[in-house]
Amino acid sequence: MSIYDFIFYLFAAITVGSALLVVSSDNIVRSAFYLLATFFGVSGLYVLLGADFVAVTQIMVYIGGILILLLFGVMLTSNITNVEIKKGMKNLLPAIIGIGILLGAVISMMIDTRWKINVGEIPQTTSYEIGKLLITDYVLIFELLGILLLIALIGAASMARRERSK
Amino acid sequence: MVEVGLTHFLVVSSFLFAFGLYAILTRKNAILVLMGIELLLNAANINFVAFSRYGNFGLNGQLMALFVIVLAAAEAAIALAIVLNIYKTFGHVNVDEIDNLKE
Amino acid sequence: MTESSLISLAVTILFLPLVGFIIVLLFGKRYEKLYLVEVGLITVALLLSIFVGFIKLTNYVNDTIITQFTWIDLGNVPSIGHLTINLGIMIDNVTVIMLFVVTLISALVHYFSIAYMAGDKRFSRYFAYLGIFTFSMLGIVIADNLLMIYIFWELVGLSSYLLIGFWYEKKTASDASMKAFLTNRIGDIGMFIGILILFTNYHTFSFAEIFEQISNGVVPFGSNGWLTAAGILIFLGAVGKSAQVPLHVWLPDAMEGPTPVSALIHAATMVAAGVYLVARIFPLLTADAMIVIAVVGAITSIFAASIALTQNDIKKVLAYSTVSQLGYMIMALGVGAYTFAFFHLVTHAFFKGLMFLGSGSVIHSMHHEQDMRNMGGLKKKMPITYITFLIGTLAISGVPLTSGFLSKDGLLAGTWAFGNLTGHYLIPIIGFVVAGMTAFYMFRLVIMTFHGEPRNQHKYDHAHESPKLMTIPLIILASLSIFIFYTPNPAAPADGWFYNWIQTPATVVPEDARFEFMKSDSHRVEGTEINNYGGSGSENAVVTHSEMYENEMHNVHYPAMILSIILAGLGILFAFLMYHWKKISADKLAEKLKPLYNLSYNKWYADEIYSYLFIQRTHDLSRFIAWFDSTIVDGIVNYSATFTRGVANIAGWFDTYIVDGFVNFTAFVNGFAGLALRKMQTGKVQTYIVYVVFSVIIILLIIRPF
Repeated sequence: MSIYDFIFYLFAAITVGSALLVVSSDNIVRSAFYLLATFFGVSGLYVLLGADFVAVTQIMVYIGGILILLLFGVMLTSNITNVEIKKGMKNLLPAIIGIGILLGAVISMMIDTRWKINVGEIPQTTSYEIGKLLITDYVLIFELLGILLLIALIGAASMARRERSK
Repeated sequence: MVEVGLTHFLVVSSFLFAFGLYAILTRKNAILVLMGIELLLNAANINFVAFSRYGNFGLNGQLMALFVIVLAAAEAAIALAIVLNIYKTFGHVNVDEIDNLKE
Repeated sequence: MTESSLISLAVTILFLPLVGFIIVLLFGKRYEKLYLVEVGLITVALLLSIFVGFIKLTNYVNDTIITQFTWIDLGNVPSIGHLTINLGIMIDNVTVIMLFVVTLISALVHYFSIAYMAGDKRFSRYFAYLGIFTFSMLGIVIADNLLMIYIFWELVGLSSYLLIGFWYEKKTASDASMKAFLTNRIGDIGMFIGILILFTNYHTFSFAEIFEQISNGVVPFGSNGWLTAAGILIFLGAVGKSAQVPLHVWLPDAMEGPTPVSALIHAATMVAAGVYLVARIFPLLTADAMIVIAVVGAITSIFAASIALTQNDIKKVLAYSTVSQLGYMIMALGVGAYTFAFFHLVTHAFFKGLMFLGSGSVIHSMHHEQDMRNMGGLKKKMPITYITFLIGTLAISGVPLTSGFLSKDGLLAGTWAFGNLTGHYLIPIIGFVVAGMTAFYMFRLVIMTFHGEPRNQHKYDHAHESPKLMTIPLIILASLSIFIFYTPNPAAPADGWFYNWIQTPATVVPEDARFEFMKSDSHRVEGTEINNYGGSGSENAVVTHSEMYENEMHNVHYPAMILSIILAGLGILFAFLMYHWKKISADKLAEKLKPLYNLSYNKWYADEIYSYLFIQRTHDLSRFIAWFDSTIVDGIVNYSATFTRGVANIAGWFDTYIVDGFVNFTAFVNGFAGLALRKMQTGKVQTYIVYVVFSVIIILLIIRPF
């Protein structure tokens, strides 16, 4: 078992374990913090796959941005001191059956399929190449995403304000 | 134990996907449902990067992952705005009690 | 100044009035002073067209500047090949002169209208309409192809409809506008068919390309007859617009519009468009087509002149005089006197515009009195109007030292030469008779309006000279009716620069379809000896065919001039004898020639004849169709209704027992299914997602069984 394998199993364990805790925890704030661990594990997996830039982005955007947003949502929609979060489960039986079958089907498919493996050279650093691709081949998508973010910003602001202005 | 390869990453992402789906289906709090969605997106991202690495697609998969992250950020902002609106309208964020669609 | 910048300037001139139209139409209601924008833009257009004309006539006098662009690309059309429809702009000497004439008259009418229309409740809309009218007229002028001419031709029809019917509250005005529109449409159909004949054969609308193909010997459907037909059909459009017999009836009625509009439409622009069109297609007219054109023009000129003799409405006299003069121009084109036809178009535009504006000034001061029998003695009250109007009258009568004398004289010489060369002497005879009649009725108008004692003291007391905005356009136009603007020698128009600018274009029709005198020089006939009166060379010089007409015109020039002066003098003398000195009683003369007088006074009963021939027949046809409808069609309908009722009864029974039974059964099944499905519709998002998950699982199992 090489170091690479060891590190992979470590991060995989962090990811899957904390994800399980996210969905099973009773406390919503605690769920949020487990989610942090999941994101961290995923970014570790990215590093293992040679995607350093994506890994860093994962940490910055998910952990720095999205997670904070979710925590804000928690605080704004529930009275922290008087924690009264409905934590019950619904559809438990059909969900577990359905997801069990689905998980089994997907995993068996992943394992059985004979993937065409063609490992290329792992680049030392990807940020230079990614930057170049972003302003050449992917420039249109890049611009469109910028516009999308702007629209999302304005839309979110206007949706959140609407009630107050009444 | 076999050497870590593509399949390992795919299995991890499958688990993440299943847990995300589980959260979406069973949790009553809208914010927890959102967290499930984030898990789904992460599972997809892992697949992108893994296939990119083992399929010799260069950086294309990684770029897709980046775009997904951007979309996730936008989605989270909008979704939270929706959640806030739901909170203002209903006084709670429990998705199981919101069944206006039935009418 | 390059050629391309001339083109862009011409396009600018074209679009300036349109810009004014849009601005005034959209915002004119809110900002009352906005009509000044339209007036300003038309002034700019006038200055630009003077500039363009100056550059063109000094730097590029012999060039024809054409720019084309593809409007519609039809791609590859079976059996034709690659087909495109091009639009383009052509600037030659005719174009620049027309640009100047149109913008000048239009600008003067704008100024005049500011005073004349003051206080009208749709004041700014009126200026917007003037703008669109000017735009469409300029479009005709600069077009290089028949399609563009046709488009703007219809636009002129539309805008004249708007202007003639401007006071649409008046029934007569709205009727007149409709009459003008419909009458024009008859001619336009002919024109459209003519254009299509050419397009079917040559696959282009461009003049230059059509002419080139004809000169290469390609005639429509391989026959000269079709070429003649195309020429005459396109000429039909001109018959409508230029109010030739038999489509002249709209023009006198169109006097219901505001008087400055009459000046614009009936002097310089719309009616001139017909003449302009014939001038543009001149090279493709065969000898047969030209004879038709000449005869139509001659009939129109004498017909309208005979009506003008007896009319009492000041504008009606001018209207029929316009029709008569237009007939002159068409006749001149028909006999090949291209230069003089166009020359007369220009001079007529100025002096007829002058007279219409002058009559507008009179009508304005007489508080919208148009009947000449209520006027008289106005020359003391309105000196400027009187003098300018008199100059215009002298010009139209063909008195020496005026522009009208130059053009009319040359035109009559052209018809005479044509008579000499072909033997069609009736055309010059009509021309000279009309010249005398014109002098008579125009002076009758002047004497009845301005001379003598006032016949209506009350109206006379209120009459006054018009404001400067109205008199200055009159003065400008009057000065343009003097010979000096056209030639330094008042007796010989051929010495003038106008004659050098406007050359008769070479005809392109096949040799055997031309007049003898229009054959090309290569067909020089040996032994054709005609005395060369030019005196430049040897006696009995052999002249070529192309020189025959010029020579003949030269020969008859002085006789024609003397004869026309005598006839004009006679006409003027009679007018004074009858209306000024009252030596001959007009009433008694009318009594003696009662049938003729009635015929003329009632406009040859043209309206009544048309009413009987076409309108009554249309009514009859409608009545017949109505009868057909109510008895036969309705009979069939009623019968089928009975039949249907029978069928309906059977179908009804079938419906009640069989179809309904089936429907009820279906409804029951559906209701049951709905009951089951309703349980699934919880309205909760997560339940739906569960369904999605199970659906995905089923799909997975289908595509990949374990």
